[in-house]
Amino acid sequence: MKKLLKGARVIDPSQNTDTTGDVLIVDGHIAAVKDEIEISDAKVIDLSGMIVTPGLIDMHAHFRDPGYEYKEDIESGSMSAAAGGFTAVACMPNTNPPIDNAALVQYVKSKASKAGKIKLLPIGCVSKGQEGKEIAEMGDMAQAGAVAFSDDGKPIADSALMRKAMVYASMFDKVIIDHCEDPFLFEGGQINEGYISTLLGLAGIPAAAEEIMVARNILIAREMGTRVHIAHVSTEGSLRLIRQAKSEGVKVSCEVTPHHLTLTEKAVMGYDTNAKVNPPLRTQSDIDALLEGLKDGTIDAIATDHAPHHIDEKDLEFDKAAFGMVGLETALGVILTHVVKEGVLSLNAAIEKMTLGPAKVLGLDMGTLKIGAPADITVIDPNRVWTVDKNKFFSKGRNTPFDGWRLTGKAVLTMVDGRIVYSDDAMHNYS
Amino acid sequence: MLSEKHLLGLEHIKKSDIELILDTADSFKEILDRDVKKVPTLRGKSIVNLFYEPSTRTRTSFELAGKYLSADTINFTSSASSVQKGETLKDTAKTLEMMGIDAVVIRHSSSGAANYLCNHVKASVINAGDGTHEHPTQALLDMLTVRERKGTLSGLKVAIFGDILHSRVARSNIFGFTKMGSDVYVAGPSTLMPVDIEKTGAKLAATVEEAVENADVVIALRIQLERQKKGLFPTVREYCKFFGLNKDKLDLAKKDAILLHPGPVNRGIELTSEIIDGCQSVINEQVKSGVAVRMAVLYHLIGGSR
Repeated sequence: MKKLLKGARVIDPSQNTDTTGDVLIVDGHIAAVKDEIEISDAKVIDLSGMIVTPGLIDMHAHFRDPGYEYKEDIESGSMSAAAGGFTAVACMPNTNPPIDNAALVQYVKSKASKAGKIKLLPIGCVSKGQEGKEIAEMGDMAQAGAVAFSDDGKPIADSALMRKAMVYASMFDKVIIDHCEDPFLFEGGQINEGYISTLLGLAGIPAAAEEIMVARNILIAREMGTRVHIAHVSTEGSLRLIRQAKSEGVKVSCEVTPHHLTLTEKAVMGYDTNAKVNPPLRTQSDIDALLEGLKDGTIDAIATDHAPHHIDEKDLEFDKAAFGMVGLETALGVILTHVVKEGVLSLNAAIEKMTLGPAKVLGLDMGTLKIGAPADITVIDPNRVWTVDKNKFFSKGRNTPFDGWRLTGKAVLTMVDGRIVYSDDAMHNYS
Repeated sequence: MLSEKHLLGLEHIKKSDIELILDTADSFKEILDRDVKKVPTLRGKSIVNLFYEPSTRTRTSFELAGKYLSADTINFTSSASSVQKGETLKDTAKTLEMMGIDAVVIRHSSSGAANYLCNHVKASVINAGDGTHEHPTQALLDMLTVRERKGTLSGLKVAIFGDILHSRVARSNIFGFTKMGSDVYVAGPSTLMPVDIEKTGAKLAATVEEAVENADVVIALRIQLERQKKGLFPTVREYCKFFGLNKDKLDLAKKDAILLHPGPVNRGIELTSEIIDGCQSVINEQVKSGVAVRMAVLYHLIGGSR
């Protein structure tokens, strides 16, 4: 089976290319990328005016499966990802039971392949039962396909455990992803600590709650020569620490979410629980620092932290509502509209942060349109103006602060191994 | 008529609405001195007091305010209700709504609970204290008490001291008094001072003495003794030493200064008994103002046709 993608702007940060031309897919792999490909036996997809990129990779999402299927399951999460232009998604292990052994890693992988949409990259727990006490069977999980380890959702408070985990995971060339949060400084926190928390009478989460753990992780990584990845960086101070550490050769990487790049703490005014997220939305100067970090390469990846919840967990008094927001179906549009369009980050750099960037952090040979690579491809219509409608999400989650936003730019066709796994209305002829 | 359907707080209320409530409360005070304390103003209206936190004076005050205006008032306390069976605030609200309630008075431990409730009911919502956010009727009754004694709220120095961080009374009073032209000074342990408090318009005093000096009005806050267990201050003894008010410290205020406290008072902790029972204390007048202010609020929110 051959497919010929015709006349698109082809952007591949892995090869540093940005050309207009054709992409030929044969047997699920990239066979050729050239100015003009003439071939008679291929299904031709006319993509003039469109952008073709390597399939987007989200290195931080929650599919809630097993255990919380009422929030999301691997099928709905996969569909949500495909609709957002993602071809591979790394899923956090804070499920019920937590994914802390090889059998559970295999469960999520097999359920994802049955769903047949995207490539699910399982993340295993750092600690048994995600209890923060003893390290889990990371070697066994790595062999079963875990791409990284994290106790995301339950930050690792014990620095000795963190050190053991980093060192142990390094044997298998896997990275520890840490949600950086000092539990004592965080305690009871609801939103960023600042004037808004004072006005609303909500317990504040100080920036230092995150930064202390960023600093700790950097210090351990430096001392042991191991890698560490900082999940969803939210403060200027964290970024400064990471930038400094990187310049000194410490093997630290980090990611940022679309919501931390575009929303401030003001989004919670009126007690909007859809803007309740952890780490919390911060201030404009944090946003400016995060954008600078994307520009100068301090930030390696853009990740969604897609965190679906049931309406009953959000439609509550603010301090009783769950933390988190969905993001797979809005990430690309939000980035293209509010980060790329405003000239802060080039389109190519943004694509890089959503493809090659996360692939490198996870040590995966993905996020490329090189000849011979699996044909994981995202087709973006850069001019499509659309309105976010949470009721049309493929995700089971409706918890988004972006509902009603007018965005420009959208994934219109998503291919995994050369198969079309999502096509938007305008592309239905091809599916 | 007030310009809003609900009374959620004083942060966003118009100055003219505050004046209207205070003026009306003034006129209602006369009813409280009558032998027969009943006017037919809210006959046929129903009010539910939805109290998720223990409260004696605020609940009683609202209940009497409603009754004096001839409204039907119902008390709903979380310990003896479907809340014990796990019902959510939203579902409780919907249930009450279907029973044809005109106003819901809510006291709740979550900041923003009143804001949340007004998204789910058609009735007027009155915030009777939500978490550490606002307690607007307390501030209104404080302002009424002060205005009665001082003739005005404009140009007064108002000192508020104690646990500002966790105080909904402090927030509402800061918003209310500054809106009415008073100079508000706050003082308290630095561990109990919210960040950027000065952006609210209040001025931060380094000590209680500095706040109280030359003040026209001194408002003490209740210190929750649980805060000590969380290490927010070392001992009650030390708290009293630095942040308790006694006669000597109160004497730093103007000679005719008045002393308020939202109650219930921890005698000998935030205030000494001597000044609680002293001639500058208006703590008992506050209680009377409370009923009058709540009558005024109920009258303006559900009295007319909206």
